[in-house]
Amino acid sequence: MTAPIVIIDYDAGNLRSVQRACAEVGAAAAVSSDPQRVRDAERVIFPGVGAAGSAMRSLKRNGLDNALRQAVEGGKPVLGICLGLQISLNHSEEQNTPTLGLMPGAAKRFRLDRPELKVPHMGWSEVRPVKNHPLLQDIKPGDEFYFVHSYYPKPEREANLYALATYEGDFPAALGQDNYFGVQFHPEKSGRFGLRLLRRFIDWNGQC
Amino acid sequence: MLSKRLIACLDVRNGRLAKSVRFINTQDIGDPVEKARAYYEDGLDELVFYDITASSDKRAIMLDVVEAVAKEVFIPLSVGGGVRSVADATDLRLAGAEKINVNSAAVQRPALIAECAAAIGNQNVVLSMDIRRVAVGQACPSGYEVVINGGRTPMNVDGLAWALEGERLGAGELVVNAIDADGTRNGYELKLTAMIAEAVRIPVIASGGAGKPEHLKEALTVGKADAALVASMVHYGDYSVSELKRYLHGEGVKMRMSW
Repeated sequence: MTAPIVIIDYDAGNLRSVQRACAEVGAAAAVSSDPQRVRDAERVIFPGVGAAGSAMRSLKRNGLDNALRQAVEGGKPVLGICLGLQISLNHSEEQNTPTLGLMPGAAKRFRLDRPELKVPHMGWSEVRPVKNHPLLQDIKPGDEFYFVHSYYPKPEREANLYALATYEGDFPAALGQDNYFGVQFHPEKSGRFGLRLLRRFIDWNGQC
Repeated sequence: MLSKRLIACLDVRNGRLAKSVRFINTQDIGDPVEKARAYYEDGLDELVFYDITASSDKRAIMLDVVEAVAKEVFIPLSVGGGVRSVADATDLRLAGAEKINVNSAAVQRPALIAECAAAIGNQNVVLSMDIRRVAVGQACPSGYEVVINGGRTPMNVDGLAWALEGERLGAGELVVNAIDADGTRNGYELKLTAMIAEAVRIPVIASGGAGKPEHLKEALTVGKADAALVASMVHYGDYSVSELKRYLHGEGVKMRMSW
């Protein structure tokens, strides 16, 4: 049987929070490490687990890198979360890892001058859309989302940038390209605003 | 910029919410799942559950509580109490906890911090430290000492040194719980919180002693904490979560104000 939504499980990670958040907004999502199920899914959630290097190894070992690429190329709506977004780019500074290359860009480590700013960047911060996107349409000025990360996604092309957040300076909080969308924050841990974004993803036809 | 976090701590004993005063005389004050849901809806930024169940055969009850809360509450959920191994941490994570708090077992066997960090990621390992004031001495040059077993057993370990060691071993965050202040509602131990927050590069959560909104403001400003942990002041209905956040926001502390 085909689940409409598949959450890619590539490192025996704790993905039930994403699954529970989907359930809360009325969507049954399956957690799976089977590339066939990813290919068969209507839409795919690509969460982040662990570090870039080990994540890439697990994806390749399970054939999930190709399955994900096919899902994106096939026009399915795909949502990357946190590390999932970072390794959708070409390269990550974390363990100097070549990554999936679904979108041009790289994951960079936060290098901060102010000593009181800590890495990982952990906590709630405002996310500011820089242009319209179906997944971001509920976000109002001042709405905050929950972040936990030491690296941030840097797109090569301005066209892929959809939202910013600010730490020492501005950094990209959401990127998108056609039917792919990625968020650096955790919608599954961001209260009602995060749930709304997930609901928008579930309703999204992959067009923007 | 990051908002400061308001965290509510729920002590759970045998599946029920308990509030300890100086870790003695715990009373049953309600259903943890119900309370968690209410705080979440009222704008709480993060939840901590502490299992103070005496016997290990009742641990399964805690997993059920965590699982029930994780189904309804979509903010970071941190769980601790009796975590002695990676297996304990993994069980709690599978039940729905985001972050795992280690405390006594880590003092007795510091490698536990590194093991948990390797297994679940640094950012998910919270070192919770119970600390009391002592005379400045050779063993405790900071004037603070680590205690374990709910405050009953002094360890002759310096509080500041332990915080630094915890960070080095891979803890992603520290809860600094001042035993002398815990349950008194007389305010946080600001000197201790500030000392540790200035020494480490990971977030510090002030814990123990909150009784008035002003105490929270002090912890987040003078005490240099990234987050303030409250318990009795919200559990008994003296203050609501949103009321505390509005107060802090009004005082110029950056808080998440819409949810």
